[in-house]
Amino acid sequence: MKEIINLPVRSIEEEEYHINMGPQHPSTHGVLRLVVTLQGETVMKVQPHCGYIHRGIEKMCEKDTYQQIIHLTDRMDYLSAHINNHAVCLLVEGALEVEVPERVKYIRTIVDELNRIASHQLWWCSFGMDLGGLTCFFYGLRDREHILDIFEESFGSRLLHSYYAPGGLMQDIHPNFQKRTKDFIKYFRKKIKDYDNILSGNVIFENRSQGIGVMSKEEAINYGVCGPSGRASGWECDIRKKYPYAMYDKVDFREVLSDKGDTYARYMVRIDEMRESMKIIEQLIDNIPEGDYSVKMKPIIKLPPGEYYQRVESARGELGIYCISDGNKTPVRMKFRTPSFVNLGVLDKLSRNMKIADLVAIGASLDLVIPDIDR
Amino acid sequence: MAFNIYDFTSFTQSIDEALYEWLPPFWALIVEMTIIGLVFLIGYAIIGLFLVYAERKVCAFMQNRVGPNRVGPYGIFQTIADFIKLLMKELVYIKNSDKLLFNIAPFIVIIASFMAIAAIPFAKGLHAIDFDIGIMYVIAVTSLGVVGVLLAGWSSNNKYSLIGAMRSGAQIISYELSVGLSLLTIIVLAGTMQFSEVVELQSSGWFIFKGHIPACIAFVIFLIASTAETNRGPFDLAEAESELTAGFHTEYSGIKFAFFFLAEYMNMFIVASIAATVFLGGWMPFHIGSWEGFNYVMDFIPPLFWYFGKTAFIIWLMMWFKWTFPRLRIDQLLNLEWKYLLPINLVNILIMAFIVLMGWHF
Amino acid sequence: MNSFYTYFADIFRGLKSLLIGMSVTGRYFFSPGQIVTQQYPENRKTLKMFDRFKGDLMMPHDTNNQHRCTGCGICETNCPNGSIEVISDRIELPDGKKKRIIDKHIYHLSMCTFCNLCVKTCPSDALAWDQTFEHAVFDRSKLTKILNKPGSSIIKDIE
Ligand code: SF4
Ligand code: SF4
Repeated sequence: MKEIINLPVRSIEEEEYHINMGPQHPSTHGVLRLVVTLQGETVMKVQPHCGYIHRGIEKMCEKDTYQQIIHLTDRMDYLSAHINNHAVCLLVEGALEVEVPERVKYIRTIVDELNRIASHQLWWCSFGMDLGGLTCFFYGLRDREHILDIFEESFGSRLLHSYYAPGGLMQDIHPNFQKRTKDFIKYFRKKIKDYDNILSGNVIFENRSQGIGVMSKEEAINYGVCGPSGRASGWECDIRKKYPYAMYDKVDFREVLSDKGDTYARYMVRIDEMRESMKIIEQLIDNIPEGDYSVKMKPIIKLPPGEYYQRVESARGELGIYCISDGNKTPVRMKFRTPSFVNLGVLDKLSRNMKIADLVAIGASLDLVIPDIDR
Repeated sequence: MAFNIYDFTSFTQSIDEALYEWLPPFWALIVEMTIIGLVFLIGYAIIGLFLVYAERKVCAFMQNRVGPNRVGPYGIFQTIADFIKLLMKELVYIKNSDKLLFNIAPFIVIIASFMAIAAIPFAKGLHAIDFDIGIMYVIAVTSLGVVGVLLAGWSSNNKYSLIGAMRSGAQIISYELSVGLSLLTIIVLAGTMQFSEVVELQSSGWFIFKGHIPACIAFVIFLIASTAETNRGPFDLAEAESELTAGFHTEYSGIKFAFFFLAEYMNMFIVASIAATVFLGGWMPFHIGSWEGFNYVMDFIPPLFWYFGKTAFIIWLMMWFKWTFPRLRIDQLLNLEWKYLLPINLVNILIMAFIVLMGWHF
Repeated sequence: MNSFYTYFADIFRGLKSLLIGMSVTGRYFFSPGQIVTQQYPENRKTLKMFDRFKGDLMMPHDTNNQHRCTGCGICETNCPNGSIEVISDRIELPDGKKKRIIDKHIYHLSMCTFCNLCVKTCPSDALAWDQTFEHAVFDRSKLTKILNKPGSSIIKDIE
């Protein structure tokens, strides 16, 4: 026990001191603990300590049936709950070789993209708040509310939906769904200009983010930084393009890339991604085909023995699910490759020799969701 | 006792005379000081509480919210309720903190702001003391507050507090320069440092109009620098709640925290009053050259109203800044001061001096 | 000269961007019509939840105090959190056959994650969602509910 507690710490120079950022700290967005070694205000080293919200989801999955696993994945990255559900559904459907109806694919794509927008909106507002622009927080939440209303009307809940089921959906979309979504797109196209006006173009914001925490493409690949953060370094890592699922190979959208790799680039990539997501939704929303919302699945799903891997592009990057089945109704092992956990790894690299304020900005720009790190 | 809402000189004088008639001079002085102290104390509390409420309402409206609306109509008693809550809260004593300094720090902060209001003219003849170096006195006294902040950060024995205090020290020392220099620009124009005279001189037109371009630049610089001096966003680095949780007052609770909080708002009020007095004519009504009718109507509005109106406007501007902009980083903050504000300010004073020499001002 | 120009260009560009930012907040400040806050306890009368909102699990009863639950226990096995306990009885019908009926359908709201599996898998559609959302109580035991009403029975033709 002793060895574990007394982890070897690099011998410190006299002027260096440590501060604990977290587990309760406004800008770690949850119970993440960063032990920051400082010299004056300059960050020398960041040691993330995770595990404060570890709930053993992977272990819990081993006693749950595949339908029940869905509601656990909601609680990993709660901001892209639908997309997490999607991964499990695709895994089960792929293993059983079930072809879901077109309608399901359309709806899943639209809902995923709505979820992505909602997640990026929340990221935007917390990013603004971390940099001290408190008003951003309310604008972001105000607009996210519209998406949550759409979700609530169709799926019955606002954050953790458990809406997808292996083989299709829990229930059909609400008759108002299409109209509301179109209204939202119209509304948000107007409001996203506010985002640009209040933050993106602001000179203070530009100074705070440009050239801060630069990550080269090689570094992004070495550290496995995926999602918008990786794409901001010019790494084409969008699963929707590379391994298309649902309707992503049929819709036309741009993989937003940037070659700067700094905090500002990560910011702009996400803002542009919201626009791209709206474009995807606009292409699909009017053409949802009629049909069943689910295929008939057996009440007890048993995957054939073997190993499976399924990845999707969640709002934070690649979410991979690795599953070993021995033919029973529960998996033998379920492993989640969550994007936040991998992206956290690069925080130390990026924030060395920066100021504390930059550490906050970099952490915010990586868009970490703590339950996604700990699972 | 003549009470005139447009001119308080005779009113205050009559009180003064009456006191000296009834009492020996020493006691009269004591009583007078007590009265003034009490009036200011009450005014201080009321203005502080109202500003907290106003800030919360203003930021709520900017953020599409309604703000406090539960306690009393439109939530006007919210801050009083909060204040009572803070009064009743436990004072947490920190282990290994420097007890004496820790306890003294909030008082230093609040006394510094308290001393500054003494010199501010609220209306004609309505000020506690009218120095001939009034502006200088206010600059000197407001910068005392930083001592309290530094002590608070040092004595709490908390690294976050210490970082916050050090930031605040660096910030206030450098922005003090800009505040002083931008006021100096106007002193060059006015030729006096006495607040009453500064206001009197603006009866024919506010200094921001009289001194046109240099005065406008000085006004903008003063606004920026004084926002920084009062530790408000976007320059709230000493608190920087997303970085340092609450900066120098992380460890304070209950009434001591309330003191810091109140002092912050009073500092804002003082700074806004100085801006209103020096640039916008203080309690002087708004006059336009030869529009007799218009000027007459403006004169009709009582000076107290003008004074508080202008101050409120500047406070609103500062709130607007805070609720729009992201926070600067410490090195950018110092860059802004030393690379932009200070050189511009120095050149600006030269221009102003030149304009005054040539008599180009109005 | 060039650096002199960029120095001032920077200042003006910066000031302009700040003013643009201020115009956004300023516009909202002067348009209180855009306020989105809901005055919650006051609007309780008019507040209507979406009809699919998952507030509280319930068992619909008709006017004769009859429900559709057969006591089969499928919801119990499907619930991932063990928030449902089905206690059934066996009764003897007049014709001598034994039949299982529900005695108590216990639902622990405190453990429910609103995953919808029980409602979806119930073979006789006996469960549904209620739209109540004010779940706060002072005593945890109040969150354990018995869904079938006292004295209720099963609708005849459900098997
Ligand atoms: S509610 Fe439905 S699933 Fe549950 S015991 Fe009754 S009939 Fe069976
Ligand atoms: S909604 Fe899910 S967790 Fe809740 S009672 Fe039903 S099956 Fe159990």
